[in-house]
Amino acid sequence: MNKVFPNKAALSADLKNNPTLRAEIRKQRVGASIRYIILLFFGLVMLYPLFWMFSAAFKPNHEIFSSLSLWPKEFSLDGFINGWNTGTEYTFGRFFLNTLYYVVPKVILTVISSVIVAYGFARFDIPFKKFWFVTLVATILLPTSVLLIPQYLMFREMGMLDSYLPLYLPMAFATQGFFVFMLIQFLRGLPTDMEEAAQIDGCNSYQLLWYIVVPMLKPAIISVALFQFMWSVNDFLGPLIYISSVEKYPIALALKLSIDVTEGTQWNEILAMASIAIVPSIVVFLIAQNYFVEGISSGGVKG
Amino acid sequence: MYENKRLGLLYISPYIIGLLVFTAFPFLSSLIISFTDYDLINPPEYIGLDNYRYMMDDDTFYQSMGVTFAYVFLTIPLKLAFALFIAFVLNFKLRGIKFFRTAYYIPSILGSSVAIAVLWRAIFSLDGLLNSFLGIFGVEAISWLGEPVFAMFSVTLLRVWQFGSAMVIFLAALQSVPQSQYEAAMIDGASKWQMFTKITVPLITPVIFFNFIMQTTQAFQEFTAPYVITGGGPAKSTYLFSLYIYETAFKYFDLGYGSALAWVLFVAVAIFTAISFKSSKYWVFYSGDKGGK
Repeated sequence: MNKVFPNKAALSADLKNNPTLRAEIRKQRVGASIRYIILLFFGLVMLYPLFWMFSAAFKPNHEIFSSLSLWPKEFSLDGFINGWNTGTEYTFGRFFLNTLYYVVPKVILTVISSVIVAYGFARFDIPFKKFWFVTLVATILLPTSVLLIPQYLMFREMGMLDSYLPLYLPMAFATQGFFVFMLIQFLRGLPTDMEEAAQIDGCNSYQLLWYIVVPMLKPAIISVALFQFMWSVNDFLGPLIYISSVEKYPIALALKLSIDVTEGTQWNEILAMASIAIVPSIVVFLIAQNYFVEGISSGGVKG
Repeated sequence: MYENKRLGLLYISPYIIGLLVFTAFPFLSSLIISFTDYDLINPPEYIGLDNYRYMMDDDTFYQSMGVTFAYVFLTIPLKLAFALFIAFVLNFKLRGIKFFRTAYYIPSILGSSVAIAVLWRAIFSLDGLLNSFLGIFGVEAISWLGEPVFAMFSVTLLRVWQFGSAMVIFLAALQSVPQSQYEAAMIDGASKWQMFTKITVPLITPVIFFNFIMQTTQAFQEFTAPYVITGGGPAKSTYLFSLYIYETAFKYFDLGYGSALAWVLFVAVAIFTAISFKSSKYWVFYSGDKGGK
């Protein structure tokens, strides 16, 4: 980056008899310290609420707002125990499972349909290709609220209300243009000579996709799966509209329910469950963070 | 690459079906529904432009539209400026950069969840974390979620807090600015600030534009945060448009009016996006194949 002096040997020789150069080095050191201080300050301010939430989950209710300390004075698991049992007849574990019931199919269907469609877009000559591609970008920018009511009526007509189908069925048709777009960008950046060689060897397009393109696309596929996982777990409006019976509630609705029921008084329970709710996302992110960063920067910047 | 047109069409056929069934058909249907009076129980009744006429006198409509634009105009510049600032600070060969990048990215992974909205309520409620903190300095408890201006501020802050994804995109762009450009400017005696405004910013305008478009489309649709944190209140001061559409259609079961509202939002966003794209000709500079160096 701002490395002004690439050659170290030349640098140390210059340093001895060049005061301005020494001043420059000092300036850079000061600059680096300022950068660290800024980063540390904002990092702390930003992450403090999250740490505080985790610690509050272990505090008894009366201590939560009386001290800012991240370490509980009185260590208590009441928040977790009562929160886990919830005010309903189901435990929070049930709501966790419910979440997986639609997040897993959603991720799988998104990956399969998006890869197939992106392959078609990136490697084939298609009638009206420009037009289809424009619609793809347009759907990314389209506010989804304009589709909400008719989609609800459609799923109602098909008898799918209060089931998870409306949440994941559309994913089988590559309806999230963002992912298709991301994969197309990635595919366009890949060399095609392997595919050409395989084609000469007699591979058909389906074999090409499965044996050559998919392995090469793997990093991008993982990015798609991870983003879809995070977005689906966080999704609130979808379940809010389609899921009505408590036994089918996912985490998002269960948390909203618990804060409504307790009117925000049992904070230790609520914060304990909110903490548990975000743990899977944090773990997945920490394991796979490079895929997030690469996915977002390649899909975005090269656009 | 491959000539077989029919085969290509077969590969993108899931997309075409999805586009027709789950996007194009609902898109046009909602326009038709917006000309009806429909409560889910009785069959829809054609009422022409009545929904739109009613909207002209609907105070909640103006309030909600105003609040939504205020929200977008508040969050986007703040979020993008902050994202660019942190990316600029991070764009340096220092130890621990990866750690900071991770730490800053985490909020944008979690930010749109109900869990974080719940946390926000715990922070900004009257006896919440922020007031406890300010209490140390003798500041009297402020009703963050009870005062219109502060409530908007609290909800806005949650979106700014999620600046990580925009920052990562900025960082990638900053890293791709050729070093030679800075060296040349340095020889000419340019200051750090001059280098930033005259070299860095123009070179990354395509990315600024990309972030701007993506972030505004999302901000116009914000739902979870205001719904969970404030419920749209107090006095509808955080009653974003998606809340109004949701409540009209799924709480009061006025699907006709809900569709009309949704279409007005769509038109407003479309105009906004069109203006953004038009204006981009004057401030976004493409190098390489598009502009020609």
